[in-house]
Amino acid sequence: MVEFAGSTGLVLNEPLLFDKGKRGRAGMSIPRRDVDYAPVDEELVGEGPDFPDLGEVEVVRHYTRLSTWNFGVDTGMYPLGSCTMKYNPKSNEKQAALPGFAGAHPLLPEKLSQGALKMMFELERFLGEITGMDAVSLQPAAGAQGELAGMLIFHAYHKSKGRGRSKIIVPDTAHGTNPASAALCGFSPVKVGSSDRGVLSVEGVAAAMDEETAGIMVTNPNTLGFFEENIRGIAEIVHARGGLVYADGANMNAVLGIAHMGDTGIDVLHLNLHKTFSTPHGGGGPGAGPLCVKKHLEPFLPIPRIVDDKGSLRLSGDFPRSIGKLHAFYGNVGIMIRAYSYILSLGPELKKVSQLAVLNANYVKEKLKDVLHLAYDRPCMHECVFSDKLQAPLGISTLDMVKRLIDYGFHPPTIYFPLVVSGALMIEPTETECKEELDLFVEAFRQIVKEAGESQELLHGAPWRTKMRRLDETGAARNPRLTCK
Amino acid sequence: MRYLPHTEEDVAEMLRVIGASSLEELFSTIPEDCRRKGDLSLPGPVTEWELNDLMAVLAKTMAVAPEYKVFLGAGSYHHFIPATVSYLLGRSEFSTSYTPYQPEISQGTLQAIFEYQTFIARLLGMDVANASLYDGASALAEALLMAARVSGFKKVALSSLIHPQYRLVVRTYLEPAGFEIVELPLTSCGRTELTGLKTIEGLAAVAVQSPNFAGCMEDLGSVASLAHDAGALLVASFTEPLAFGLYKSPGALGADICCGEGQSFGIPQSYGGPGLGMFASCKRYLRSMPGRLVGRTEDRDGKSGFVLTLATREQHIRREKATSNICTNSGLCAVTSAMYMASLGGSGLRELARLNYDKSEYLKKELRKAGFAIPFSVPTFNEFVVELPPGSDAVYQRLLDRKLVAGLPLASFYSGMENRYLLCVTETKTKNDMDELVNLLRADCNI
Amino acid sequence: MKEISQLATPSDVRYTLDHEWARVEGDIIRIGVTDYAQDRLGDIVFVEAPRMGKKYAKGEECGALESVKAVGEVYAPVGGEIAGVNVTLEGSPGLVNSAPYTDGWIAEVKPVDPTEMDGLMTSEQYIEMLKGFKE
Repeated sequence: MVEFAGSTGLVLNEPLLFDKGKRGRAGMSIPRRDVDYAPVDEELVGEGPDFPDLGEVEVVRHYTRLSTWNFGVDTGMYPLGSCTMKYNPKSNEKQAALPGFAGAHPLLPEKLSQGALKMMFELERFLGEITGMDAVSLQPAAGAQGELAGMLIFHAYHKSKGRGRSKIIVPDTAHGTNPASAALCGFSPVKVGSSDRGVLSVEGVAAAMDEETAGIMVTNPNTLGFFEENIRGIAEIVHARGGLVYADGANMNAVLGIAHMGDTGIDVLHLNLHKTFSTPHGGGGPGAGPLCVKKHLEPFLPIPRIVDDKGSLRLSGDFPRSIGKLHAFYGNVGIMIRAYSYILSLGPELKKVSQLAVLNANYVKEKLKDVLHLAYDRPCMHECVFSDKLQAPLGISTLDMVKRLIDYGFHPPTIYFPLVVSGALMIEPTETECKEELDLFVEAFRQIVKEAGESQELLHGAPWRTKMRRLDETGAARNPRLTCK
Repeated sequence: MRYLPHTEEDVAEMLRVIGASSLEELFSTIPEDCRRKGDLSLPGPVTEWELNDLMAVLAKTMAVAPEYKVFLGAGSYHHFIPATVSYLLGRSEFSTSYTPYQPEISQGTLQAIFEYQTFIARLLGMDVANASLYDGASALAEALLMAARVSGFKKVALSSLIHPQYRLVVRTYLEPAGFEIVELPLTSCGRTELTGLKTIEGLAAVAVQSPNFAGCMEDLGSVASLAHDAGALLVASFTEPLAFGLYKSPGALGADICCGEGQSFGIPQSYGGPGLGMFASCKRYLRSMPGRLVGRTEDRDGKSGFVLTLATREQHIRREKATSNICTNSGLCAVTSAMYMASLGGSGLRELARLNYDKSEYLKKELRKAGFAIPFSVPTFNEFVVELPPGSDAVYQRLLDRKLVAGLPLASFYSGMENRYLLCVTETKTKNDMDELVNLLRADCNI
Repeated sequence: MKEISQLATPSDVRYTLDHEWARVEGDIIRIGVTDYAQDRLGDIVFVEAPRMGKKYAKGEECGALESVKAVGEVYAPVGGEIAGVNVTLEGSPGLVNSAPYTDGWIAEVKPVDPTEMDGLMTSEQYIEMLKGFKE
């Protein structure tokens, strides 16, 4: 008998912070007052916000209890497709917390901040080497801001050629941030479909590309888990008509040290440090979305840029063709430190990361494809996409299956995305899961498929073992309650 | 490599299941001309212990407390962070989880964000707050885009006393979309000059920062009535939320959208990021808001819980018609700031805010006494501008050699401010630190 | 989701390709979305109604229906000026689900050209179109 991680145990309730506390309690040591009270302008002074006063123990217990209701990568396997929920090394956290980094003011004179500048300068070069692109900006605070920066560069590039363009080609498998980022620059997205191999065809792009189109946004590998094998042909077509090629690097974990993205014909690429380079997702950020470009687009990168001035590094805003600034300072430096530490810890062995990520995904695909419908039955990269086609006739949906998976002790895969696969179930195990864990995951899914045939109620009602059962999202949206009263 | 658990036997067995002869074969779908020739040219791999040494060397070059006395603010503030906050946010159930799309196993993050939204709404005096944006600068840009959606206009007025780097970010976000940006000049007393507002037509928003970049409190109430008379929304930006422990909140003074940087609340400065974009608005504009929202609801058994809600505004559903392109935001920083606000409590927040104010007033008074000019007369919070005698740059450099950063030189941000410096005093500076600063300045300037 | 045979397709309204309906009521035309449309969207949580007094061309986007995880645009079945909106939907958007052709109506249009109605589908034609989707 296989033993799964999912179990039940004592789960503690915990009220809202605003229903706790008592005036007069304190949870923080207030620094000593060594100056007198100064007069204040009574016109401007307010009452201060209505926050509860809590004791230190109350605060510690509150958040400790809340944390136990969460599932993280440290809790168990988190095979969320296109999100790359790999293990987040603890040593990286320690480096980011070094007082020299954590306590550094961003407007320190450059001569007093050479260490951070050096880290950033080198990280730019590491990412350039890994992607095969010529120049890098670390400034975008997340993938979507990297995309925005890329689209701003498209906009600025076409403007510099004397003529703005109004459209952008976005494949139907794209993440929603792609069209949303393009729209911010005034581009209206034109959708192109994928072939029956789950990739873009040169002909499909050629039909959509014209002189009004700024270029194309391609996620590569794409969200179906395939390398866009026609990318060079696509890039030729787009370039021939004056456009540019943007690559969304959300899925770079599949091709580190293997693909040379700079040779695929692309002009711009963004990375997600919180996916590929192991920085924690934090329950929704902060992340970082560095932007990599080919030489001809370097003048457009965000400012300030780090320049080497006779052995000493400084920040320079002297790039007149730059798209400007995206962040109050230089981006999420704390995240950069973690990614830098990760890259140093692996070095050229990063290639092994991708090899094992792809090995794991193909292994899960092979082990489940006889019980789950495979959207495209061909070798995948770092993730594989199944659907609920075989279970739907039983009245069982993708949602039912993944909610049941929670009872077994696994986080659900990405579901109902990409939109082109009805009832999609997108599994990305990542390289940090060992074979035993994958075998348990496969076994859990096989049991769920069996349950789907035998006892639908078990799935419709799942999860059963969590603190909360399925929640009423319709009620939440119809009558929004967004703060404590 | 310790993050990669596969043994050689594992790999062989898995390849056999897949039907591939080698790891290389798994990549056969990548065309030859898209492949890398040769290995990655990167340093490493280094051991954990080597990494510790390498990073310690880099970190040691940075000028930080306690070795340095840094009187810098300007959008990044040095505040004490209690051990509890650092400890609690290190709970990896918070840090290693994804956006809470599966609410049954994300109630910890969801409740913490719901409480954060409540803290922010109360702090800023607004109806609703979102689950965070990247930082104060992009939050301002998003606020202006939102004001344009609400009003139907594409022209905004920005105070030139908004953080200069925020204004640059606003330009980056708005100009390609065809916005017109009008900058409002500053008055001689340190506030935004509003007289020009009356002549501008078709305005989506008037944006001011309070406390502003010179540290001065704006007269938000007056800005609100002028903005509303012009049919525009008042967007109130801020870089130091601790000020609202002492001063009236922007919401109480009529702001329609309130946005700013939350780094002050328990988040390390980290050379400028990650920060926390706080964002709040009125209920009537709820559906035009950017970013995620957590709402309260019930589960099947009628138990109270939380979910992400009103997601149809967001990019993953509305795509090019979304209210913003934001996906990953600053979730963990939002939770950190909530831990900090919970630790401080209402009484602690008021006390700490007052202490910042009083210390900064002490330094202001001592500088005046020593003969230095304080050019702006408007009340400030924990930052203010001082004017040093001509040739102050050399003085500033000499103080750096004494491990003292005497504020931010304003010359590169505003014309006519050649000898002006923006000084910041938080609770981390003692009376002795301030006395030392005044004494060194006095001695060096021969006053 | 409902089978075609389970869908209500009353014969006193005309249908569009985008699953709106339109019914002549005196000199105005009342519009809404079909049973098929509401069934595909799921529980409707918010109705973005057309603006009173605003003029829309036939086929122009005039509003949207939101469920928890999807948005369906509403396109004007006929051109004209919005003469009324169903304000009950503000508090009870679920009426679009429970009574799409009656209490869940969305707006009233004062048509520019009432003969535009003739170009819309009858219930028989609409059912034929839905059957085409199923295949």
